Amino acid sequence: MLRIEHAYWLLALFFAGAAWLNLRTRRGWHAAFWTVLAALFAGGDFVLAASKAHAQLPAQAAGAGVLALAVLAPRMTRGHIVERGAAEREADALRLRHKLLVPALLIPLVTLLVALFGGYPAFGVQLFAQKQMTLTGLALACVIALIAALWMTRAKPRAGLVEGRRLLDTLGWAALLPLTLAALGGVFAATGVGTAIAELVRMAIPVQSALACIVAYGIGMVLFTVIMGNAFAAFPVLTAGIGLPLLIHMHGAHPAILGAFGMLTGYCGTLFTPMAANFNIVPVALLELPNQNDVIRAQWKTGAILLVVNLVLMYFLAFRF
Amino acid sequence: MMHWLPLLGVLIVVAGFALRFNPVPVVVVAGIVSGLAAGRGIGEILALLGNSFVSERTLMFYAFTLPAIGVLERAGLREHARNWIASLRSLTLPRLLIAYLGMRQVLCMLGLYDIAGHAQTVRPLLAPMAEGAAEKRGSPLDSAERNDVRAFCAATDNVGRFFGEDVFIALGAVLLIQGFYAQHGIELQPLQIALWALPTAIAAFVIHGIRIALFSRRVSNSALSGIERAKRDAAH
Repeated sequence: MLRIEHAYWLLALFFAGAAWLNLRTRRGWHAAFWTVLAALFAGGDFVLAASKAHAQLPAQAAGAGVLALAVLAPRMTRGHIVERGAAEREADALRLRHKLLVPALLIPLVTLLVALFGGYPAFGVQLFAQKQMTLTGLALACVIALIAALWMTRAKPRAGLVEGRRLLDTLGWAALLPLTLAALGGVFAATGVGTAIAELVRMAIPVQSALACIVAYGIGMVLFTVIMGNAFAAFPVLTAGIGLPLLIHMHGAHPAILGAFGMLTGYCGTLFTPMAANFNIVPVALLELPNQNDVIRAQWKTGAILLVVNLVLMYFLAFRF
Repeated sequence: MMHWLPLLGVLIVVAGFALRFNPVPVVVVAGIVSGLAAGRGIGEILALLGNSFVSERTLMFYAFTLPAIGVLERAGLREHARNWIASLRSLTLPRLLIAYLGMRQVLCMLGLYDIAGHAQTVRPLLAPMAEGAAEKRGSPLDSAERNDVRAFCAATDNVGRFFGEDVFIALGAVLLIQGFYAQHGIELQPLQIALWALPTAIAAFVIHGIRIALFSRRVSNSALSGIERAKRDAAH
């Protein structure tokens, strides 16, 4: 049975391979970075199991690993890595044409099939574990797509690692940022940063006014999302701090409407913040854009207009139903 | 007063990003400072950091796509995507991006948000296609314009994903909202919450669609002025 853990191990293997290629080209800092990350991915389940059994040492070692990554990250240079010549690529493109799209489309297609049918047993055997099945499917889909791509382009299997590592090193430390930020979110939640912010917002507004409460709730969601990089972290804090006591209990807002609009107002904040690294910083690296904030610059106006629309809709709908 | 101290971590993050330090150490230092300010011991903070990190490993799953995409790029996937779109006369830049936006939203509403993304579709397909479509104006993009087009592709993917996934009932945002209310004694059906996400999803499509149209017009107009400039230069 395929489980999410297998995917973690495979990813660890990929990172280890990238480390090895970096070592051979004498890029020691990069090699060290991917080695530590490979170890964290391979050992992660052991860490979580040990923590459940109240053994703190493995988790502390993982924490030390995160510290090591933080030290290594600034030493990594991000830059264009040599790839195959443009003329050769253009010639292959003219020869293979639409065939090139097939492996790329296999990734969504196989993921979709696993998401839809992975829960059913095939020939009496359960192929996929329920936990995180879509993501296990994504991992499987990428392996199948890689095999198809190698077969179609007649490239050596090694090319998978070489080209994968080229893209991984194009991303550099930006690849790690989403994970690091999520870890910070965990620390913030555990140290009471959220409740302190909700309290600040409540001190600043006149609570008798439903409009002021709506605006404070919405802006609070945005600010908190900008800081945490994630509306999911903001929602429970702001809704417990402002939404429930003031808007629902005191002013009689409809919980479903308030919840849906509140969450989506937070999503507007995701469009403004470098903290939402996998959406706003990773693509900057992937698309080789010159400025870290280029993607945010392209989308913040959409977010700002939508924020206003959302607040207006929330105010006029939440007390109606 | 003591419970305000962990906010120091937030200040460090804001200052670090504003001063453009490398974000990875900034984030880790902010976590440690917040922990210390909350009166935790260094061992406890390390364990908290380590546990949070390994429980979020799925956030790096986009890395799975890199070997396959890399091999295809080596064989000219980006070049082909650009050439192909350039050959389709009626597929203009705004049509391409608006169609992508709408499709991304609908797929996310069905819960299929991992089938597209910056690594899976934007870099290898959408960005080169958009560049090809933009160059139908008759002159090649300069490097600043190329970057603008690419950034707009990434932005379109983000908007499509965020304002589609909230309408999907079986995962993520909707269940989080429902779970939160259930903890506080309010019982709601997931569908009830998901339906109220529809107005914002429609508003997002309209607003970003208009911005795509305006952006595309700017890109094609700047080509006009480029051609006029060339004519003027030739006249001299």
